Amino acid sequence: MKPEDFAYFCKLILDRSGLVLGPDKSYLIESRLTPVARRHNLGGLDALATALRQNKDAKLLRDFTDALMTNESFFFRDTKPFDQFREVVLPRLLTTRATSKRVRIWSAACSTGQEAYSLAMILKEQGAKLAGWTFEIVGTDISHEVLAKAQAGVYTQFEVQRGLPIQFLVKYFKQDGDKWQLAQEIRNMVQFREFNLLGELTGLGTFDVVFCRNVLIYFDQKTKGAILERIAKGLAPDGFLYLGGAETVLGVTEKFEPLSGHRGIYALTNSQSAAQPPAFARAVGA
Amino acid sequence: MKSCLIVDDSKVIRMVARRILEGLQFEIMEAADGKIALETCLKTMPDAILLDWNMPVMNGIDFLRALRGLDGGAAPRVVFCTTENDLAHIQEAISAGANEYIMKPFDSDIIEAKFSQIGLI
Ligand SMILES: C[S@@+](CC[C@H](N)C(=O)[O-])C[C@H]1O[C@@H](n2cnc3c(N)ncnc32)[C@H](O)[C@@H]1O
Repeated sequence: MKPEDFAYFCKLILDRSGLVLGPDKSYLIESRLTPVARRHNLGGLDALATALRQNKDAKLLRDFTDALMTNESFFFRDTKPFDQFREVVLPRLLTTRATSKRVRIWSAACSTGQEAYSLAMILKEQGAKLAGWTFEIVGTDISHEVLAKAQAGVYTQFEVQRGLPIQFLVKYFKQDGDKWQLAQEIRNMVQFREFNLLGELTGLGTFDVVFCRNVLIYFDQKTKGAILERIAKGLAPDGFLYLGGAETVLGVTEKFEPLSGHRGIYALTNSQSAAQPPAFARAVGA
Repeated sequence: MKSCLIVDDSKVIRMVARRILEGLQFEIMEAADGKIALETCLKTMPDAILLDWNMPVMNGIDFLRALRGLDGGAAPRVVFCTTENDLAHIQEAISAGANEYIMKPFDSDIIEAKFSQIGLI
């Protein structure tokens, strides 16, 4: 790969997605982009760079972007955030939203859907307790490929074994050869759409809970800050934000502060949720 | 240190599983079939059991039913680990008292995820 092509690929993906690829990533770029070049009948990476520079082929740009994303995800990733959702966040929402009985949850950067579907299964497990309530779960990602897979809800044996309790597999999946298909009743609880986190949140509406996990790590400080500030605007004043295990708001934005006693969850600074005394959290089983 | 009994008729699988579980700080015991496993449990009840299904002498599901009938046999957390990967087998295992179920092939991530899900790590 020519150095100027390498630099061009890095710049293009940075502008398009925020993904920062350092000089040590030339191997990654080669191994991910060579199949894209082949699929589009381009002779190699220099031909790919030329075609991208001409900027005429939307499909090519899309495939280029998809190929450079890291899409790893699993059901109930890290366990704890989902326990907290069930035991802390959900009980609070059932109190604070008792009049409207409407809750909107956003899995921003949802990848192949495991995060959104884990939440859907948790809600399903609540059974009659949520009768009369409307829970809307929206999953978004920049990558077409992962959204198509999320929508299909079909997972490999390997994917259903990382994090998914066996009882849930039995209850909510149908076996189809060596694949596992998630039940329609769970798939119906989630809507997937394409959304680039670098864009304005217009059209998405206001959310009560935002999961933005394991994606900010790929961005530079400024991009992280800008994304978090837009999320802050799209979050209800007493809403909750989840970040991934290696992510934080500290030093990135002042809009959010950690929810005391609940690692990984953030509330808007000086908001009601942040001000909840820990005793309340204990009372609901934290 | 928690103990784990690995029950599998394949020496290679026992070795691979042992290596992974030792890495997760388990003290390991091994058995090549359900009968030997049952005898081991009668002597020392382990905290966890990683259990194959198809084995000579006594298979995994018969072992599990016998174990759950023993004094103190409700305590160990049992994780099936088998090539049987259809819903019917999984359901049968759960109703016989299995806590988790791994479909082979497995790797260290899967073992770790499953063991932590049922509170073993
Ligand atoms: C590692 S996955 C995280 C999936 C899930 N949130 C989790 O924690 O398991 C990161 C996802 O972020 C998506 N992504 C990267 N840049 C993005 C952007 N600018 N806008 C939207 N999604 C983006 C990728 O396509 C990928 O699916």
